[in-house]
Amino acid sequence: MGYDVDTIFQIAGIGIVVAMIHTVLKQMGKEDWAHWVTLIGFIVVLYMVATIVDDLFTKIRSVFLFIGS
Amino acid sequence: MSIDMIQIVGFGLISAFLAMILKEQKPAFAFLLTLFVGAMIFLFLLDHIVMAFQLVETLATHANINMVYLQTMLKIIGIAYIAEFGAQIARDADQGAIAQKIELAGKVLIVVMAIPIFNVLIETVISLIPG
Repeated sequence: MGYDVDTIFQIAGIGIVVAMIHTVLKQMGKEDWAHWVTLIGFIVVLYMVATIVDDLFTKIRSVFLFIGS
Repeated sequence: MSIDMIQIVGFGLISAFLAMILKEQKPAFAFLLTLFVGAMIFLFLLDHIVMAFQLVETLATHANINMVYLQTMLKIIGIAYIAEFGAQIARDADQGAIAQKIELAGKVLIVVMAIPIFNVLIETVISLIPG
């Protein structure tokens, strides 16, 4: 596979850690900080997903639609 | 090939499990994980699809078929695959309306792509009619 299986563990890990930090910050009464942490974690994961989706679309374009390649 | 299948099934099971855990904490992350896994399996399959296409292309060149028809066919298959992928991801995110619109767009674009072939077919039929 072009991509490693580790990446899905990374995404799941980031999700769980962000959820944990969110809970802890909420307990400490820092709601706004908790939301920022969630947003930043989301952006990081979104970047990873966007990279692979871009790769997928480029490949599909070269295989099926004969553009680029 | 059989090793590949085992790999994909194991991969899918692991990711389904992770998505299940993640869904309770943060549903958005679970959705991104699903999207990632879908893209990854698709990327993996593409290498095999290329092989199948090469076979079809060799057959077509041996049979002296015009390559334009084959290309149109492959493009239609590609559109169908992409539309299905997008629609299922959207449906997974509980956005059934968007999924249906994606499918509709796929159908319309396939019909538009097939128009030149229909034209050739109609012309052939007309030329066969005597008088």
